[in-house]
Amino acid sequence: MTALELAQQLRAKFPGLISEPVEFRGEITFKVSDAERMPEICALAKAELGFDYLVDITSVDNYGDDPRFTLVYHLYGYGHLCALRLKADVSEEKGEAPTVTGVWRTADWHEREIYDMMGIRFRGHPDLRRILMWEGYPHSPLRKDFPLAGKPTDVPQVAFTDAAPLAGGPFVTIAGGKDAISREPRVRIPNTDALETNARLERRRDTKEAHGHSHGPGPIEPKQ
Amino acid sequence: MAEAQNIQFKDAAARLAESAPTPPGQERGDLEGEKMVLNVGPSHPATHGVLRIVLELDGEIITAARPEGGYLHRGDEKIAENFTYTQFIPYTDRLDYLAPLANNVAYALAVEKLLGIDRQLTPRCQFIRVICCELARISSHLLGVGCYAMDCGAMTVFLHTFTEREKIHNLCEALTGARFTTAYTRIGGLSRDMPPGWVEQCRKFLNEVVVNIDETETFLTRNRIFVDRTQGVGVIPREVAIDYGMTGPNLRGSGIEHDLRKAHPYLVYDQLKFDVPVGSTGDCYDRYLVRMEEMRQSVRIVHQCLDQLPGGPINVPDGKIVLPPKDRVLTRMEELIHHFMNVTQGVNAPPGEIYFGHENPKGELGFYINSKGGGTPHRLKIRSPSFVNLSILSWLLPRHMLSDVVAILGSFDFVMGECDR
Repeated sequence: MTALELAQQLRAKFPGLISEPVEFRGEITFKVSDAERMPEICALAKAELGFDYLVDITSVDNYGDDPRFTLVYHLYGYGHLCALRLKADVSEEKGEAPTVTGVWRTADWHEREIYDMMGIRFRGHPDLRRILMWEGYPHSPLRKDFPLAGKPTDVPQVAFTDAAPLAGGPFVTIAGGKDAISREPRVRIPNTDALETNARLERRRDTKEAHGHSHGPGPIEPKQ
Repeated sequence: MAEAQNIQFKDAAARLAESAPTPPGQERGDLEGEKMVLNVGPSHPATHGVLRIVLELDGEIITAARPEGGYLHRGDEKIAENFTYTQFIPYTDRLDYLAPLANNVAYALAVEKLLGIDRQLTPRCQFIRVICCELARISSHLLGVGCYAMDCGAMTVFLHTFTEREKIHNLCEALTGARFTTAYTRIGGLSRDMPPGWVEQCRKFLNEVVVNIDETETFLTRNRIFVDRTQGVGVIPREVAIDYGMTGPNLRGSGIEHDLRKAHPYLVYDQLKFDVPVGSTGDCYDRYLVRMEEMRQSVRIVHQCLDQLPGGPINVPDGKIVLPPKDRVLTRMEELIHHFMNVTQGVNAPPGEIYFGHENPKGELGFYINSKGGGTPHRLKIRSPSFVNLSILSWLLPRHMLSDVVAILGSFDFVMGECDR
C-alpha cells in the first residue's frame, strides 16, 4: 500500500475535515481544517491505518499571516513503511491545541518543546513545562518576532540574560540582520548593539532612497 | 575437621542498624514510603554531558525519574532561519559532536531533497558520503561502547577503543582538514576530494579496527561483571520502544528490524550488502551487542565502497548550487555571477516542505525544512535521536535500582549537543 492510498483512506473517514493531499518530493501532506480534531484523527491513523510511530511534531510561525501558527505532525508506520504529514493551523489568539500524548507517548516531549519554543499550549498534556529554556523564561524564542540576538530578561538567578558576550565584536556577524549586508560586521556602527545597528542601517537606507541614491549601507562612519 | 561455617558479611550501614536500638515510633513500617529526592547531574560522569535527572528514591529503588535538559541549548533552529543553507553546515557538526560527518551528510541530503537534486549527485560524491557516514558510525559506537564499559567499571575498554577512534580522527583530518568540526559536505557535493593515499590509509585502519572490535568483545561480551550489570536491566519491550519513538540501535535492541538505510535507501546503500543486527529482549546488553555488530557491518560497507569507488567529479555540475571553480570565477562572467549569488544569497530553494530522516549512529536524525523560497529556510526543525530516545527515561528508570541508572544511561549512548540543539 502506498502513502497516497493510506492518505485517501484517512481522508474518507473524516469527510470535509481533511484537505486534498499535496505531494512534494514524494511526500504526502494533508491539511486538517480543525486542530481540535487532531487527537481523533491521529488515534484512527494509528489504530486502523498502522501509523504506529510518531516521528516528530513541530510548529511553524507564519508571522504576519492569520492563523499565525501551523502544527506539523510526521507519522510513520513500521508495517507499511509509509510516511504522512498532517498539518493544522492554530491562531495566535487561541494559541492552544489538544494533546496527542494519549495516542503516542513520544508526543510528550515534542509538545513540551513546541510550548517552550513557540508558546502554543497543549490542552490535556500531563506535564506541560518548558523543556529547553529554564522555568520562568518569559519569551518564545522561535517566534519570528523574537530577535536572533535575544532579549534581555530580568531573571536574577540566571547568569546570562543579556546578549552573548561576543556579539558585536569586530569579526562577529551581526545577529538578526535581515540580509547579508546588514549582518556584515564591517558595517557595524561603533558603540551600538546589533539591534541598534540594524535599525540605524535601515533608517540610513530609507533616507538614501528618499534622495534617489543607490542601495547599500554607504560609507562606514569613522571611529572616534 | 572443622565444620564449614556460613559467614555473613554485613556492610557498615547494616551493622549500625542492628546495633542501634530502634527508637519507639520509628519502626521499619514508618520508614517505608518516605521518599528521598536525588539529583543526578547536570555535570556527572554518567550523564555524558549536561543532563540532569531528578530521581525519587524509596531506599535504593527508583520510584520516579524526571529528566531535565536544555543545558546545552544554543538555538540552532533559530540560527538556521537566519543563515543561508550553506552557512548552517558547520552548525550541524555541533549536533552529535561524536559523529559530525554523519550530521553533515544528513543535512546536505535534506537540503538536496528540497532542491530536488538528491538523485543527481555524482557517483563519487555518493560513495565518499557513505564512507563518511560509516566511519562516523564506527567512531561513535567505539566511543559509546568504551564509555559504557567505563560506566560499568571497566576502564581498559575505554582506552582500547579510544586508541582506535584516534585513527578515525586522523583519517578525518586528512579527508576534511579538521578532526572534529569537519563541515565536509556542501549542498550538491563535498568541500574537497580525497587526498592521495587516503584509500590505502582507510583500508589499513579497517583491518586494524576489526581486530580491536574482536578484542573489545573478549573484554566485555562474556565478562561476568558486565553481563550481570547489563543483562535484564533496562528492558524496553517492542511496543513501548515504538510508542516512545526510539530509533537507531536502541530501537533495534528491542527486536525491531528497522534501519533507514534498508527501509528507504539513500545515497548508494541499495547497492551495498550489509545486515541489520537486532536484539531479542531489549535490555542494555542487547543494545551493546547491536552496536558491536553494527561496527562490523560498517567496516563491511566501507570495504565495499573503497572497492567500488568511482572516479569523476564530486560536485553536481550546476553553478547555481555549488560554487564554481575559482579559476573560472576569475575569468568568466557567468561563473562570477553564480559565485556572487551563491555567496550573498545562497542556493535558491523552491517553496515547499520536506522531511528527510537519516540513519545516524544514534538513531534517526531528521531535518524538516519549510521553505518559502530563497536562500534561507523559513523553518528548520532538527528531529534529533537523542532528544526522543531520552524521553523514555521517565518510564524506564522507575522500578530499577539506583546503580542501574548508570548502566541504562550508558546503554542509550546519547549526546546532549544533539538533544538540546
